[in-house]
Amino acid sequence: MKADFGVRCAGAEPVIYELSKPGRMATTLPALDVPPAELPPAAMLRETLDLPEVDELTLMRHYVRLSQLNWAIDIGYYPLGSCTMKYNPKVNEAAARLPGFALTHPYQDVHTVQGNLLLMYELQEMLREIAGFAAVTLQPSAGAHGELTGVLIMRAYHLDRGEPQRTRIIVPDSAHGTNPATTGMAGLEVVEVPSDERGNVDLEALRSVCGDTVCGLMLTNPNTLGLFEEHLAEVIELIHGCGGLVYGDGANFNALLGIAKPGELGFDVMHYNLHKTFSTPHGGGGPGVGAVGVSEALAPYLPGPMVVLRYCDEDGCDCEEGCGCGEGVDGDDSICFHLAMPEKSIGRVKAFYGNFGVLVRAYAYIRMLGAPGLRQVSEMAVLNANYLKSRVEDLFPISHHRTHMHEFVAQGIIPGAADVHALDIAKRLIDYGFHPPTNYFPLIVPEALMIEPTETESKETLDAFADALRAIRDEALTDPEVLHEAPHTAPVRRLDEVRAAREPVLRWQGT
Amino acid sequence: MSYVPHTDADRAEMLAAIGVEKVEDLFLDVPAAQRFPELHLPEPLSEMEIMAELQAMSEENLDLGHYTSFLGAGAYQHYVPKIVDHVISRSEFYTAYTPYQPEISQGTLQSVFEYQSMICALTGMEVANASHYDGATSTAEAAIMALNVGRGKRKRVILSPWVHPEYRAVVRTYAQGMDLDIVGDGDPEATLEDLAALLDGNTACLIVQSPNFRGEIEDLEGLAEKVHAVRALLVVVTDPVSLGLLRPPGDYGADIVVGEGQALGNGLNFGGPYLGIFACREEQVRKMAGRLAGQTVDVEGKRGFVLTLATREQHIRRERATSNICTNQALCALATSVHLAALGRTGLRTLAELCYHKAHYAASRIGALAGYQVVGDKPFFKEFVVRCPAPVQEINDYLLEEWGIVGGYDLGRDYPHLENHMLVCVTEVIIKEEIDALAEALAEAAKEVAS
Repeated sequence: MKADFGVRCAGAEPVIYELSKPGRMATTLPALDVPPAELPPAAMLRETLDLPEVDELTLMRHYVRLSQLNWAIDIGYYPLGSCTMKYNPKVNEAAARLPGFALTHPYQDVHTVQGNLLLMYELQEMLREIAGFAAVTLQPSAGAHGELTGVLIMRAYHLDRGEPQRTRIIVPDSAHGTNPATTGMAGLEVVEVPSDERGNVDLEALRSVCGDTVCGLMLTNPNTLGLFEEHLAEVIELIHGCGGLVYGDGANFNALLGIAKPGELGFDVMHYNLHKTFSTPHGGGGPGVGAVGVSEALAPYLPGPMVVLRYCDEDGCDCEEGCGCGEGVDGDDSICFHLAMPEKSIGRVKAFYGNFGVLVRAYAYIRMLGAPGLRQVSEMAVLNANYLKSRVEDLFPISHHRTHMHEFVAQGIIPGAADVHALDIAKRLIDYGFHPPTNYFPLIVPEALMIEPTETESKETLDAFADALRAIRDEALTDPEVLHEAPHTAPVRRLDEVRAAREPVLRWQGT
Repeated sequence: MSYVPHTDADRAEMLAAIGVEKVEDLFLDVPAAQRFPELHLPEPLSEMEIMAELQAMSEENLDLGHYTSFLGAGAYQHYVPKIVDHVISRSEFYTAYTPYQPEISQGTLQSVFEYQSMICALTGMEVANASHYDGATSTAEAAIMALNVGRGKRKRVILSPWVHPEYRAVVRTYAQGMDLDIVGDGDPEATLEDLAALLDGNTACLIVQSPNFRGEIEDLEGLAEKVHAVRALLVVVTDPVSLGLLRPPGDYGADIVVGEGQALGNGLNFGGPYLGIFACREEQVRKMAGRLAGQTVDVEGKRGFVLTLATREQHIRRERATSNICTNQALCALATSVHLAALGRTGLRTLAELCYHKAHYAASRIGALAGYQVVGDKPFFKEFVVRCPAPVQEINDYLLEEWGIVGGYDLGRDYPHLENHMLVCVTEVIIKEEIDALAEALAEAAKEVAS
């Protein structure tokens, strides 16, 4: 199987400005049906506006052609480690586009959006149950946004308890870059701890940094090596023992659905990536949702507003607003939903309530799968990772010889082909019709190729991918140049990234 | 149903290849006491059942496909040309990841580059990115960028009281660990001159919004000079639709321009997903948070696009990064790009003028009603403030129940001195008859509710 980019895309697609011709337009607008008003003074008005002018067919062809220059899950295998590129079910797209959801304004009276609030409330409840937390906010828009939310909650908790000296966040050296970056944003200090030879947090190193200045630990479990922390109970005990909190980076939660609940394992706070674990599309990098779950003790600090359930009776509902609606929702007159700020909230982390359109997709996914389906997700994700590892472990070194969870890290090191690097292998995979794995991450594994198959890929796909890696290994020994020069069949060859950074061209600058 | 393709035979073969007996054996590292917990969730549903359930749930809402709405306040109903949904529904865009492998991500990269180009043109700035979640978070990131431009030594952020209240709240949330002095928005009557008087050597930035939260076009002429005199930055929050008509903030000397991109190409969706516009000057690009697409060439000299200037970002700088952002709000930015390109140079101007004229017609009709007064003496764009003869909530309840109209935003929610003040929004989707109906309904409301 080879990528057919070469066939589809003989030439580059012009930039939209190059397709522009004065006088064209790709949409129509209604005629003005009211008397015109006087415009503001000329000094307040713009004179020029350099937007492209194209007809509708040109516009459509432009974007269809651009789309054909992309790789995507719906085209082929996308084994990016820690990104969980699973199938995005089409029913979710239809659900999010239901006019009853899509055409609602965030400032409508709550009594006119009870369907939205019911969906959000039930999603909060289901996410709570899946990960074992006391409360969940749906407001954060991405994993990194959830991290900031979680760390600010931890900070607020300690401040509220009169412990302002707790300013240090412990981060393992295998962590995603967002963990230390988030810590910096929250005005806290990063303390890095090493991993031991089995890929766990080094317990001795951890013990040595515990103390009354610790705000908490940020732990990805399973970690970015795809390994479940073997001393999890001890790690959590050490942090709790010194008065700190444990933050779970939920990037790898796809390994744990129905397998373990982080809240029961002792995590105090965790973000969920709905765009990874719960199948909402990545959209080329966004939008996502980084919902955050917390323990009972941290619930009062959640951002808001949150959706809360109020009980109504014959006298109306008991909400603080005293709305007296008694109208109910979903055929039940005894309840209604409201928006409320938690008691000691850290505040809002975005305008309105969250990426609602994404929430609808995740809700549909969870309701379709239910408990058995979710457990099957994690079981098959982990089965796929371990199976693929068994198919390639004679080709490349694997970072750790343990049972992996949903992903594993191979090293792009080929004995006898010293000048072949992970990057070459990654780029050559493109010619074989696969998206490369994540490479050069985690930083602690040289020449890392981080592979996450996800549960929605078949054995045939994994076999074909393993066969491609085997063929590439052989090429590396006989004809390494073909790797160095790869990809050969993509719309463009390797791009000059140094030039892009040294002489930045960040917008269209005319011909 | 988990969308998994595994047959029993597949599972058996795969387990044998791994060398374990059963799937459960892959989870022995998970503490036994907590392994395989029960999940108390509703029973699984078929596709038909979930669609039926969601259809019913969505119908519990009152949707604006069936009612005329005059709500704006940061989330705007504009007509989105059908081509937009066709483009963003292409799997090649919406099921792609962040473009880490540029050779097979040129579609996303070029579309982001084009978005950056169009936003620069619109705002009058030199650099733009597509990374931010919404107008509120891009405003907060602008404040943080200004702190970084000031090398962390300048601690004062001046906020106009007429920046969207939720954006101001998010600035405060983001800044809670940064020991900042956030001033200016305590007095809702503060003028631009009053805000400029707060500028000092400790100021990182002054943030104003135009059109502001009450719809007024602020006169920004000369403000940048005052801000720059103390070496602080001017941050302008704006509505991209207004820039079809109005002078771009870059012309007034703005250093950072941010705003909510939802109005172009993205639907209301009950508040998200939206798009944070973020644009700045080239000289400060290395302090900007967010992913940037840049033009370059491949080894054969062919033009191509890559993510560039990554040394600013979290995955390289880790704790020294200026932001933790790694989103690339690409799909929402794509929707905005398609809408902007569909409108083009003349279409955006016409759209902006439609909003302007219709809003002014509405203001003239409502201002002529007994008991109502259009408040404010500055020019406005598509929103304006009306003093009502009764609490806004009561008027809105009446409008909805008796007339099927969703009234404007209750400004008393955020500004206690503006009790009984409604923020009315009129865009191109509102026709004259609907404005006339609103005027008639408000006149009735004055009699029914106020008495």
